[in-house]
Amino acid sequence: MVKIAVMGDYDSIYGFAAIGLSTFPIRDNSAEEGAKILRNLAGNGFGVIYITEELAAVLAGEISRYRSMTAPAIILIPGVRGNTGEGVSSVKKSVEQAVGSDILFSG
Amino acid sequence: MSGAHVNPTRMELTRLKKKLVTAMKGHRLLKDKRDELMRQFLDLVREDMDLRVKVEKGIRSANAEFVLAKAGMSEQTLRTAMLVPKQEVTLEESTRNVMSVSLPVFKYRTRTADQNDIFSYGFAYTSSDLDGAVQSLSDILPDMLRLAEVEKSCQLMASEIEKTRRRVNALEHVIIPETREGIRYITMKLDENERSTQVRLMKVKDMMLQEAHHYQE
Repeated sequence: MVKIAVMGDYDSIYGFAAIGLSTFPIRDNSAEEGAKILRNLAGNGFGVIYITEELAAVLAGEISRYRSMTAPAIILIPGVRGNTGEGVSSVKKSVEQAVGSDILFSG
Repeated sequence: MSGAHVNPTRMELTRLKKKLVTAMKGHRLLKDKRDELMRQFLDLVREDMDLRVKVEKGIRSANAEFVLAKAGMSEQTLRTAMLVPKQEVTLEESTRNVMSVSLPVFKYRTRTADQNDIFSYGFAYTSSDLDGAVQSLSDILPDMLRLAEVEKSCQLMASEIEKTRRRVNALEHVIIPETREGIRYITMKLDENERSTQVRLMKVKDMMLQEAHHYQE
């Protein structure tokens, strides 16, 4: 039984509370607070953590640590201020890691 | 290239020959593993990209609705409305084994039986935009969960493929040629030893013959 968390600035994520996900607002996308909460969540049975792209940008180091672990799955979602393309580029990164260069989505 | 010193003995030769057979078998197996992983990975990553585009579009439009909703009501009302969620989603996690990589499989369950039972507030004090926003987020939820499953699988497979590729390359370009080189070195050294023994024996025979019979060829 795993739980699902959503992290980001309050405006981007409060809606997810209504559909039953646990939300963890991070004030001003602070890297320090974000890293602390992320580590806490990862150690406390959260299997899926959605993070807004804006917050993920400041937590890049923390997030890449969890990339090769089985749990948790960290998934980037666009925030209220729009889409930075970080999520798509993380998919491209997987392709690059596996194939050697991005042969699928480079066009 | 072969930097390591090898003892030119028969025992070492047998050992190296066995090592070569194992290395070649391992190389073939790992190569097959890499190819199969790659095939599955490419299918999975295409699905991942499609889902991601869909989910991002869904969240973007839901966010636009949330902004509208927020504009139409006070901050306090909104926070109160969202304070106590009615719905709760939990996941059953199991794993799927693909080529000895365990990938997560999620099955989600909502706390109340009706999936549309999502409005955690009375309709009197909130704007109707909020209802639409919450509804559209709820619609995108199954896709979001599937995205989590697929994207995590892609990440795990990518790192496994990278590892397997390194192993295949190490076997193909380092271990196997080095072992071959070692075997060649030992065979030549042993042949050389044999020849020099033969020559020595012939020489000794000549000397003995000369000593016994003052025999000269």
